[in-house]
Amino acid sequence: MKKYRKSIQIAVLAMAVGMIAIGIRMEEFRDVLYKAVMICMECIGIG
Amino acid sequence: MGMKDNFVKYGRRYTQLLSAVLYNCHFPGFVTGRIYKGETKGICVPGLNCYSCPGAVGACPLGSLQGAIANSAYKLPFYVVGTLMLFGILLGRMICGFLCPFGLIQELLYKIPVPKMKKSKVTEVLSYLKYLILAVFVVGIPLVKLMPGFCKYICPAGTLLAGIPLVGTDPHLQAMVGALFSWKVFVMAVCIIICSVCFRAFCRFCCPLGAIYSFFNPIAFFGIRVNEEKCTGCNACIRFCKMDTKKVGDRECIHCGECKKVCPEGAIGFRDYF
Repeated sequence: MKKYRKSIQIAVLAMAVGMIAIGIRMEEFRDVLYKAVMICMECIGIG
Repeated sequence: MGMKDNFVKYGRRYTQLLSAVLYNCHFPGFVTGRIYKGETKGICVPGLNCYSCPGAVGACPLGSLQGAIANSAYKLPFYVVGTLMLFGILLGRMICGFLCPFGLIQELLYKIPVPKMKKSKVTEVLSYLKYLILAVFVVGIPLVKLMPGFCKYICPAGTLLAGIPLVGTDPHLQAMVGALFSWKVFVMAVCIIICSVCFRAFCRFCCPLGAIYSFFNPIAFFGIRVNEEKCTGCNACIRFCKMDTKKVGDRECIHCGECKKVCPEGAIGFRDYF
């Protein structure tokens, strides 16, 4: 495990950055934004 | 006391306070009862911070994850999952120890002078509950019911940081309060009481975000580590630790660094792997 630790770290980091890039390309950032700028009725207990 | 020891003692608290203020720096929102609508709300903050908090300038990673799962437009929410992976691989549960406002709140609650509950086999078993909550309320309910299960039924941070401030300032919301709000306030109250007797009880037993970051703890770039050459296996660190750790840096470790001061060999330190 320790031998491959560096490789696993780099692979996960690359995957994370790649996924963020794909997500932004697919306009998922906009989806998160639209959800976050409206009051989340479930979050505040209104339902 | 060395500079590093001072950082552990005071720097962590300052970092917690600073992150709490930065996540919620839309101060006019607390007065007007209106949430921030700027573009930064599309960026997830690392810690648990409700995006309906009037001061929040970023998105809640858990709320965003549930919203993305509930959205039937795409299968894998690349952006939110990628963001969580990025936070996890960089810092792991160091986020819990340094960058989570609700972690700070729990630590402050623990300072209330009441009898304390020490960690035990029971708390060790309870530490697995957060994985069940992650599976059922964060993934399962949004997938099946298309709604944020954790946010709706459990999240005390949402009630404390968003529900109460918003409902308190908006008569329209006050008119809509019903059984769900009462349930959430009850959950929040129970959480507050338990956190005052049991160190970081929500973090240890219930937080799905801590559960997610725990998967990355063993491989995160930054965090607290043991120098195996200096370590004699006395376990003074584990006995002192208030979390349910079995080993420094394991899935339950929040990298607070408190164990450094009890290590007789000076074998514990913050490491980076760059």
